[in-house]
Amino acid sequence: MNPGAASIRLEEVWKTYRVGGEDVHALAGVSIAFPQGSFWAIMGPSGSGKSTLLNLLGCLDRPSRGACYIQDQPTAGVDDDALSEIRLRHLGFVFQSFNLIAQLSVRENIELPLFYLGWDAERSRRRAEELAALVGLEQRLGHRPSELSGGQQQRVAIARALANDPRIILADEPTGNLDTATGIQIMELLGDLNRRGKTVIMVTHEPEIAAYARHRLHIRDGRIDRIESADG
Amino acid sequence: MRELRLVRNIRLGIKNLVLNGLRSLLTMLGMVFGVGSVIAMLSVGEGASQEALEQIRRLGSENILISSVKPVEEEASPQVRIFMSIYGLTYADEQRIRETFSAVRNTVAVKSVRKEARVGTRAMEIRAMGVTPGWFDLVKRPLLAGRALTPQDEERRAAVVVITETVARRLLPIEHPLGSFIQVSGEIFEVVGIVQSMSTQGAGIQAPDREEDIYLPLGTARERYGDLVMRRSAGSFMREQVELHQVIVQVDDVSRVENTARAIEEMLERFHKKKDYRIDVPLALLRQAEATKRTFNIVLGSIAGISLLVGGIGIMNIMLASVTERTREIGIRRAIGAKRRQIVGQFLIETVVLSTAGGAIGICVGLLIPLLITYFAGLTTIVTAGSLVLSVVISLSVGIVFGLYPAVRAARLDPIEALRHE
Repeated sequence: MNPGAASIRLEEVWKTYRVGGEDVHALAGVSIAFPQGSFWAIMGPSGSGKSTLLNLLGCLDRPSRGACYIQDQPTAGVDDDALSEIRLRHLGFVFQSFNLIAQLSVRENIELPLFYLGWDAERSRRRAEELAALVGLEQRLGHRPSELSGGQQQRVAIARALANDPRIILADEPTGNLDTATGIQIMELLGDLNRRGKTVIMVTHEPEIAAYARHRLHIRDGRIDRIESADG
Repeated sequence: MRELRLVRNIRLGIKNLVLNGLRSLLTMLGMVFGVGSVIAMLSVGEGASQEALEQIRRLGSENILISSVKPVEEEASPQVRIFMSIYGLTYADEQRIRETFSAVRNTVAVKSVRKEARVGTRAMEIRAMGVTPGWFDLVKRPLLAGRALTPQDEERRAAVVVITETVARRLLPIEHPLGSFIQVSGEIFEVVGIVQSMSTQGAGIQAPDREEDIYLPLGTARERYGDLVMRRSAGSFMREQVELHQVIVQVDDVSRVENTARAIEEMLERFHKKKDYRIDVPLALLRQAEATKRTFNIVLGSIAGISLLVGGIGIMNIMLASVTERTREIGIRRAIGAKRRQIVGQFLIETVVLSTAGGAIGICVGLLIPLLITYFAGLTTIVTAGSLVLSVVISLSVGIVFGLYPAVRAARLDPIEALRHE
């Protein structure tokens, strides 16, 4: 894949909800391309539509109008199974509240995407160990999420997001529940992944966190307000 | 790969159940009692009917039993004493039955008289049974030693008897019974054979044989004892004259038994003024018993069905609660890329694991209860393989039927909403 190619492309995307007989446009004609290997922060006041945008990028939702392509695959007008398949193959999610499954061990949480990919147990086990080592938690594989600190939990979540080897990592306020020092560690980890070629798109409202991203996409009233790009 | 996922889903299901130990146990109770009671009830029903069927079967499904019955005396004033009553089947009846119907293969006739049998100082009350040859074959009573009664015995009016094992043990405990002589009401008989003791209580039928019987040729019995019986009752003597106490008719084919029985009844009605006989058809009783058993099973099945329904609803209730509780987990799985049918599969398997675990415990309970019933109440119980298979099938289907709705509900959750769920 040539480095300039878009990993996600939106064309005149609208997302409209009907609230009390009135159409509310959460997104009103957004067009943007996220090149492969880029690092983005989506910023904006609450209600600006940034969560809606992230849900569309993450294939958890479909646009009401317009077209959205993930790795050149359309997400508008496809069925639920096809969307699930795109999430499974191409996307990794990191959430503000970590969203690990409490009943499962660290290892089982990391292996979860591999379970749905149909990997066998032995291969999954090795992959989970690799990823745990990558995020520095190889000693914690047998622990429960509740036995880990917030930062450690978020690192498990990142390892899980990487399990299916996605090209795109989507992060929703990844440092929102962490203290500053831990937040910085997580951002460094995400930056590291970006340097290895992953497209990273995160939603945040903290400028210090957004500063890690190369591009800052400001959303206001469902439209792109401005894009700031750092040089070099 | 698919089996692998199934195995892992089952393991996950078990894990979730163990994690919520007490709750799972309480949820399973419905299934445990449902399945347990199905097996226990069926085993009692099966035991009872098997016993009844066995007794009827022993009377012979191709046989018709005709017994003499003392007719109900007319509503005469109590002052009038009937000193002599003549009733029952006659020698002529037997002959007519044997000669009239083409379907009749064989008949045997019995004259039974209560007597005292005596050997030296040992004595016991017995029934002296005057029987025609072929009796032992017809009532399927195995000969243990010596020989059965023959047509020659009958012809010669021989003074020979075949005794039951019980009689032999009581009257001739020391002597070698064969060839010994026993005295029955003053008459001396030689013991020529011993048959197995069998006590038949044939489901309300007047059973043809008992344990304390001795058998002699019918002709001999008639000659020595006559047809008149003196009976002492309520301070006065009663005289009864009965020629034959029972006639057993063997029909050549099972399919002709019921028609022949009807024909015999019609014939007897013509020759008997009073209804001084009864006709029992073991085959009809067998059918009746089988029909009763079916009804019984349907009733039991319904009761068990209701308890399983209750158990199933309990399981569904808990699974719905579990889906609500685990909304976020469902959201996470969906975000990671789980398809709807995989969520359905996960929850369905979990429910099936729950119901089958309950069913398995229920089977253990269901195996234990019949043992206790047999031990404490002395009832025969039979746990059939069929009821076990049924239990397994029921457990699986309860899981599937009552797990489907919660599972589908879980799969229909909107992933975005589910992720936001607290």
